[in-house]
Amino acid sequence: MLEVSNLRAGYGAVEVLRGIDLAIDMGEIVTLLGSNGVGKTTFSAVVSGLMQPWSGAITFEGKPIAGLSSQAIVDEGVIQVPEGRHVFPNMTVRENLELGSYRRGKGNRMRNIEHVAEIFPRLRERFSQKAGTLSGGEQQMLAIGRGMMAEPRLLILDEPSIGLSPLLVEEMFSLIKQLNTDGLTILLVEQNVLQSMEIADRAFVMENGEIKLSGIPGDLMDNPELQRSYLGLA
Amino acid sequence: MKTDRKLLMLIAVFGLIGLAPMLIAQDSLLNIIIMTLYAALLGQAWNILGGYGGQVSFGHAAYFGTGAYAVAVLQVQFGINPWIGLVAGGIAAAAVGAFIGFCTFRYGLRGSYFALVTLAFAEVLRILSNSVDFTGAGVGLLIPLERSAANFQFVSKEGFFWVIWILTFAAFLTVWKIGNSRFGAQLMAVRDNEDAARALGVDAFRVKMGAIMLSGFFAGLAGVFYAQYFLYLDPHIAYGAAISVESLLVPIIGGMGTLFGPLLGAAFLHGLSELSRAVIGDAPGISLVLYGVLLVIMVLFVPRGLAGLASHLRSGKPGQPRAEEGKGHA
Repeated sequence: MLEVSNLRAGYGAVEVLRGIDLAIDMGEIVTLLGSNGVGKTTFSAVVSGLMQPWSGAITFEGKPIAGLSSQAIVDEGVIQVPEGRHVFPNMTVRENLELGSYRRGKGNRMRNIEHVAEIFPRLRERFSQKAGTLSGGEQQMLAIGRGMMAEPRLLILDEPSIGLSPLLVEEMFSLIKQLNTDGLTILLVEQNVLQSMEIADRAFVMENGEIKLSGIPGDLMDNPELQRSYLGLA
Repeated sequence: MKTDRKLLMLIAVFGLIGLAPMLIAQDSLLNIIIMTLYAALLGQAWNILGGYGGQVSFGHAAYFGTGAYAVAVLQVQFGINPWIGLVAGGIAAAAVGAFIGFCTFRYGLRGSYFALVTLAFAEVLRILSNSVDFTGAGVGLLIPLERSAANFQFVSKEGFFWVIWILTFAAFLTVWKIGNSRFGAQLMAVRDNEDAARALGVDAFRVKMGAIMLSGFFAGLAGVFYAQYFLYLDPHIAYGAAISVESLLVPIIGGMGTLFGPLLGAAFLHGLSELSRAVIGDAPGISLVLYGVLLVIMVLFVPRGLAGLASHLRSGKPGQPRAEEGKGHA
């Protein structure tokens, strides 16, 4: 579904992504793991068109999308939910959701809102509330719901668990799993190794702008390098 | 429902203002209302870009001055009717907005960088208008007195009142429409978080270009009105910092990003200005001193402006600054 090969990108003269190769098949949850500053967010920004790549290829459903504008990539069905939630705080929950669906036409908007409200019933209760007054967990649900409004075929979630309490993190991961069970392909960019591995079909581990390890979670969890670097096990 | 209420309120407020010529016989009082409406128009123009779009401009004189000079130059140098100049002034100012917007938004300038560049553009235009002959250079342009409605020069203040009433009402209706449109939602999304808006497929560049052109258009109309009302222009009046300061102060005091904020701010500022004139006299620069003090007070104690204060008094909730994104609690 998504194929990335030899992707390079950076800021100014600083190269952040140093030849990333990665592929996601339809219906999978793929997790991209790595500690702070390894280039995970840069990767999701480049794939979603928020940043231009220096070189390399990205194809989505066979179509090259590297270097396209974020609008064009949204039109193709790749939606990114940015790190840190980023809801529009002065708009109501409903207005936030509607913004996600503007590129899909008026007809689909109501249907999509109903669909999102079914997935996140707590949002329905708060439709007319200002998004800035929601709790962190609700804001994260809204950010994902807003992404769902754009009818994604691939949803990129950038650190959805960041800043949430352990209980909410648990809830968030089971929600992500549920979205995937309903047929959505997900790229989960995370630092939370254990919980990401639990729900992912495959995992990639980044270090210094490169993919260091990749494979199915069961195998990777036994990898001594991963255990040492990310799980604190000797 | 809420939307319709705002529109009804807008119509009611402007309907009430429209009664002024019937109720007020004194020219000096009508003049205060005219100048208040003019300031509200200028402030609303700024509010489109700064309040709804979050692109704070320090150089709205660039658009105001372009509108003013367009009508004056077309009239004085080419004999073109000022009613045509009114449209031309608005379009010319929108074109300047498009140029400034392209030069800044295209290269991702935001925040203080954008504000400083707008200030620089206004200064460049001031220097240019001071240097070329067709604007009358430093001497300025005197629009010949030919009183007639067909010439956009009215015998009584009432004619001017209706022109500025229509222009200001049109600007407020446009902003009401923006607040209820897809364009408005995208503009506010870009204001709150540009990257998140782009991730949803919002074309931030196009949205900001639309806002700066619309903002420039209405500021240009304010400039045209000013030129026709006072029949004199020079570079300092047209492109001076005082216009830029007034255009941003009005919505900041009234309430940035609110429909009625610029009207409240304009009424408050002009009320204060008249009061200070009555108490202190017409000392040069006194209004700027007052504006400065007022700005500090508003930013410190009433950050959401008078409109925010009014909604606070109605709801009983604290008048906090506009929310920043990503501040939820886990």
